[in-house]
Amino acid sequence: MRLLRWFIGLLIIAAFLYGNFFIYDGIILYKLINVILFCALFVLFRVLFGPSPADRIVAVDILGILIVGLLAILGLVFDQSFFMDIGLIWALMSFIASLAFAKILEGRYLDD
Amino acid sequence: MTLQNRSRLFVFIFSFLVWLALTSVRDMEEVVAGLIVAALVTIVAGKFLITSEKSGHILRRIFSAIKYLIKFLWEMMKANFHVAFIVIHPYLPIKPGIVKIKTKLTKDSAITVLTNSITLTPGTLTVDLSPEKNEIYIHWIDVLSTDVEKNTKTIGGKFEKLLTEVFE
Amino acid sequence: MTREVIGMAFILVGIMFDFFGVLGLVRLPDVYNRLQAATKCVTFGSAGILLGVFIIQGFNNFGFKALLGIVFIFLTSPVAAHAIARAAHRSGIPLTKETVVDQYQEDNELKD
Repeated sequence: MRLLRWFIGLLIIAAFLYGNFFIYDGIILYKLINVILFCALFVLFRVLFGPSPADRIVAVDILGILIVGLLAILGLVFDQSFFMDIGLIWALMSFIASLAFAKILEGRYLDD
Repeated sequence: MTLQNRSRLFVFIFSFLVWLALTSVRDMEEVVAGLIVAALVTIVAGKFLITSEKSGHILRRIFSAIKYLIKFLWEMMKANFHVAFIVIHPYLPIKPGIVKIKTKLTKDSAITVLTNSITLTPGTLTVDLSPEKNEIYIHWIDVLSTDVEKNTKTIGGKFEKLLTEVFE
Repeated sequence: MTREVIGMAFILVGIMFDFFGVLGLVRLPDVYNRLQAATKCVTFGSAGILLGVFIIQGFNNFGFKALLGIVFIFLTSPVAAHAIARAAHRSGIPLTKETVVDQYQEDNELKD
């Protein structure tokens, strides 16, 4: 049963990679951005169906780091360095947000 | 020069250099703006960078820091291949648990670097530090033993010696 | 030309490890294991992407921003992971059934 589920997952990933790299017609950087967006889809699965609140916080934290990489590649596509500014600020805000969520999860609030 | 003033001078020079690197400088106004911003940063947070006198030769400490960095990057590569192997495996070969190790480091900065390195190396994640700052609780994805002394040697031992040379 | 090839290789490796990290976030059984896989792999992957961007761009302000992003990610993501793990344990989110030992819980019970 477990092996069957693993195999189905492998098939889905292989189908996505085949469609992205051999059927989709675009420059290589767009294909790489598609892979990162596929990863973000997995993270969104964890945000929506995470059994506990901590799972959702982990997913949001990871999404912040993924987006930094995506913005760097997007900056390469358009050859503009301000995308990296957005990425740096995004990483900063996501870090602070993770710390704040963790503090609230622990049961402490602003005045502690 | 007192310790605080040396710390402020260092912060000022460092933040000004970062400003010059981030903005491609074209004229005088940007340099002046950078000086003002660096001064503001120095006023707000200048005295927190260097807080105690370090002993030992500066060159030897830089050499140990480079050695530590190389070791850390190598361990991190190993960690990533380890995680990739576990994730691809159909049956997820894990045996998780939370274990305790002891540390001899005393400075806050040294403990911070040690815990961050433990988080990014194979199979381990720092969970908490005891209030006396001498024990670290670690979530281990593949528990080999539950003995405190033995775990101290396997998990923390490879970084602790180098970090002692760098920070103390 | 060689610089671009090396940079693209770094970006490819980075995206590969991003993908493994996100796969771990979906497949592993509880919060702590997910946090392990996701933090390690996604940090390394995004750092790889940013290093590739730095190699392609060279020493202009885009490249320096990418370098600053690497330093930033390496400093912040372990701290966020540590905060989330501690908050999850203190708020009583259980470990998975396969867990063999929990010395943190034992010590906390000893103190109370």
